[in-house]
Amino acid sequence: MSFNRERPWTFIVAAFVIFFLLDAVEAKNFEDVRCKCICPPYRNITGHIYNRNVSQKDCNCLHVVEPMPVPGHDVEAYCLLCECKYEERSSNTIKVTIIIYLSVVGALLLYMLFLLLVDPLIRKHDSYTQPLHNEEDSEEMRQQVDSSQARGNTVLERVEGAQQRWKKQVQEQRKTVFDRHKMLS
Amino acid sequence: MESKQLYHRGYCRNSYNSIASASSDEELLDGAGVIMDFHTTEDDNLLDGDAASPGSNYAMSNGGGAASSSTHLLDFLEEPIPGVGTYDDFHTIDWVREKCKDRERHRKINSKKKESAWEFTKSLYDAWSGWLVILSFKLQCITFGALAGLIDIAADWMNDLKEGVCLSAMWFNHEQCCWTSNETTFAERDKCPQWKSWAELILGQAEGPGSYIMNYFMYIYWALSFAFLAVCLVKVFAPYACGSGIPEIKTILSGFIIRGYLGKWTLMIKTITLVLAVASGLSLGKEGPLVHVACCCGNIFSYLFPKYSKNEAKKREVLSAASAAGVSVAFGAPIGGVLFSLEEVSYYFPLKTLWRSFFAALVAAFVLRSINPFGNSRLVLFYVEYHTPWYLFELIPFILLGVFGGLWGAFFIRANISWCRRRKSTRFGKYPVLEVILVAAITAVVAFPNPYTRQNTSELIKELFTDCGPLESSQLCQYRSQMNGSKAFSDNPNRPSGPGVYAAIWQLCLALIFKIIMTIFTFGLKVPSGLFIPSMAIGAIAGRIVGIAMEQLAYYHHDWFLFKEWCEVGADCITPGLYAMVGAAACLGGVTRMTVSLVVIVFELTGGLEYIVPLMAAVMTSKWVGDAFGREGIYEAHIRLNGYPFLDAKEEFTHTTLAREVMRPRRSDPPLAVLTQDDLTVEELQGVINETSYNGFPVIVSKESQRLVGFALRRDITIALENARRKQEGILLNSRVYFTQHAPTLPADSPRPLKLRSILDMSPFTVTDHTPMEIVVDIFRKLGLRQCLVTHNGRLLGIITKKDILRHMAQMANQDPESIMFN
Repeated sequence: MSFNRERPWTFIVAAFVIFFLLDAVEAKNFEDVRCKCICPPYRNITGHIYNRNVSQKDCNCLHVVEPMPVPGHDVEAYCLLCECKYEERSSNTIKVTIIIYLSVVGALLLYMLFLLLVDPLIRKHDSYTQPLHNEEDSEEMRQQVDSSQARGNTVLERVEGAQQRWKKQVQEQRKTVFDRHKMLS
Repeated sequence: MESKQLYHRGYCRNSYNSIASASSDEELLDGAGVIMDFHTTEDDNLLDGDAASPGSNYAMSNGGGAASSSTHLLDFLEEPIPGVGTYDDFHTIDWVREKCKDRERHRKINSKKKESAWEFTKSLYDAWSGWLVILSFKLQCITFGALAGLIDIAADWMNDLKEGVCLSAMWFNHEQCCWTSNETTFAERDKCPQWKSWAELILGQAEGPGSYIMNYFMYIYWALSFAFLAVCLVKVFAPYACGSGIPEIKTILSGFIIRGYLGKWTLMIKTITLVLAVASGLSLGKEGPLVHVACCCGNIFSYLFPKYSKNEAKKREVLSAASAAGVSVAFGAPIGGVLFSLEEVSYYFPLKTLWRSFFAALVAAFVLRSINPFGNSRLVLFYVEYHTPWYLFELIPFILLGVFGGLWGAFFIRANISWCRRRKSTRFGKYPVLEVILVAAITAVVAFPNPYTRQNTSELIKELFTDCGPLESSQLCQYRSQMNGSKAFSDNPNRPSGPGVYAAIWQLCLALIFKIIMTIFTFGLKVPSGLFIPSMAIGAIAGRIVGIAMEQLAYYHHDWFLFKEWCEVGADCITPGLYAMVGAAACLGGVTRMTVSLVVIVFELTGGLEYIVPLMAAVMTSKWVGDAFGREGIYEAHIRLNGYPFLDAKEEFTHTTLAREVMRPRRSDPPLAVLTQDDLTVEELQGVINETSYNGFPVIVSKESQRLVGFALRRDITIALENARRKQEGILLNSRVYFTQHAPTLPADSPRPLKLRSILDMSPFTVTDHTPMEIVVDIFRKLGLRQCLVTHNGRLLGIITKKDILRHMAQMANQDPESIMFN
């Protein structure tokens, strides 16, 4: 429930981009419609499945079942048994969805590895190299660096601060759920 | 004094003048120009003054109310303290206060409407915000519908990834991969050249024991890695994303704050890991967690509107509607979703919310339909169409299925709760990741050999629901055929079962036992896990077995008097698929104890009005049988296990205790921590706050008289003190704190006093010490109070909080009262 004021907008924009992306690429593909007729066993003919790419109004046994396995006078009886279904899908939606999903999982995995493995190393590294580094620099150099850092810091620091706050929150949640078993057990 | 309080309450409720517009007599008298210096008079004089002029008070509350309230509004605006009126994590909200706040806000905007053009625009915006909310609902439902579509598509794909991969297009699942295949015979309908099982890819052969072992191995490997990934993501990024979420949503909707539970990280991780958890083959479903996902969406969108984000009660209206959208999308049953929200989840459900829920459900379902995740142009996962009627004698097996469902529900709740309690209280709960891996491994190892457990649970349900027609080629429909003519198929009579059906029944029995055992251990794992699908699967399996048994009984004993009348030889009279459906509804009813919404959901799934009577009979029986063993459903049981402060509106309180016996302080306790209205210093106030851990303090006139003035919340006091220290000058530790309208007369050299009137709730609910607890519990339930003060002859005696009531109820039910956690 903790949420900054401007964050929802980014979320909505993202959601909309995804949604319209899905919609935009949803151009009718050649392979995305099918008419599937399932014909049960009949006399001595075993059951067959027919699968053709025809328009919806042509989706019936007479148009789809080819070659007709029965002689002309039996066609009507045979076709009565068949069940034809017109189906549509959007292969692009599926493709985009799976790609988005996999990339999000991949990104989360990388971030998880970063948090678990790299982040502790960097923090340890930082704490003792930073002062050394500062001593070596000349006065003007440091000022330049400082000013450039300060400008970068406004964004970076904010991100850093948000990340730290978030980490603390997750830590607290983890304690509640996994250690104290206060919730969700 | 009693009359004064009554008068206060009546004032707040009738004319909806809130805390801030200050319904005190003093002010009303001020407004009318009757100046009486109460601050120097004794309390008894105050009482006299009240008694002397009751008529004028009432007259002014009707007539002069507007004028006085507007002047005091400005008074309130002088010192708005940021943060006052918000709540801490794990605290209960006060519905009355929140609703009062909303009305106050509304009135403020209305009264300022005429002042300037800008204010007028603001009021227009507020009036339109009702419509804007609908717009945002649309956005929210579109987002949620899109998310639900994503979950469906991704879960299907990952589920099939365990068995093989589509070579031509990696992102297709098995069915989509073979979309255009030209395999024409029934036996090969599931095979196509593009779809390769892992054995084919790795070993190069599709048949034989070697490839079976290879497939087995890959199945376990993928199941384990999905489960491991899911539990890791949950643990690292959002621990709140685990479980089904419905017990917590219920608690939140009843007025409880869990920060971060409906946040964006929870939303994202729950969406992602839900797919993984479903794909790992664990015995769980995605319907319950979808409710949580929908509520997260609703919460995030409510931040767009200050009207909803700043008011906890209004926010809960949005969340109620969102939970309806969740179930609607999960099952493709819009009306069922609304009823589910009404029956199971929501606590406070005005008609406006009903309408909004309906709208939300509609839009979400529409979006899902346009994404078409199931590829069948239908919303519903298991769409079935029966055309056969049912007969009266079939009610007996239906009721038997209901009994089975109730027994299963009661057994499941007992077993699952005791297992979860073990996880909660013993060392075993320290290894959540290991537990998930272990359960996933056992599930995968046992599930693979049996085709009914290997496949996706929702596909299994679909297959069990589908009736055997001539077009079906599954093992369940291998009846000894009477293939000598087309006539046999046109009316699909009951036939003797073939060897395939017997084998299928054996496998189904094993699958039933397996599902029953695994579901008990799965629900409550630290991955997103729903209960609907496994429960329905168990019921569907049992129902199908009963259905086939009935069918064979009818075939072999068609001369029994029961069957003789209805089932002629060669005529169709028993539909095993219908039995599966009834069984599924009964089991779900036994576990969740839903009735109306469940019947409507299943009815919407099937689209046949004529099966409503069997469904109702089975669901009602299962509820009765289940209630005989324990009155609470699985969600209430989990709420009680975790000790959430949830005051169930369904339970009845029948004990004859009095408010005096429940209130704090008890006889042996130290006296109630109270504040006096004008003779405390800042230091003393801080002392009281630091020494105690109470969440609110009654404010009284003076220690001697113990007459009640109002109620101040701890959080508000701390914020106000902090704010005063930073912003107001001249506030020292020995500054006087006063809650009255005018500053008390002080010696000349004393520092500036601090006025805290704006944080004082001047219309706290009070009951007398002889009020029966039945009434108190009713007040708490219906108004959603957080606390209530107890008075005796007008003197403050004690306090009853929601937690005290829950503890008392637990004690009365012979449970451990200390199990109620939180505040």
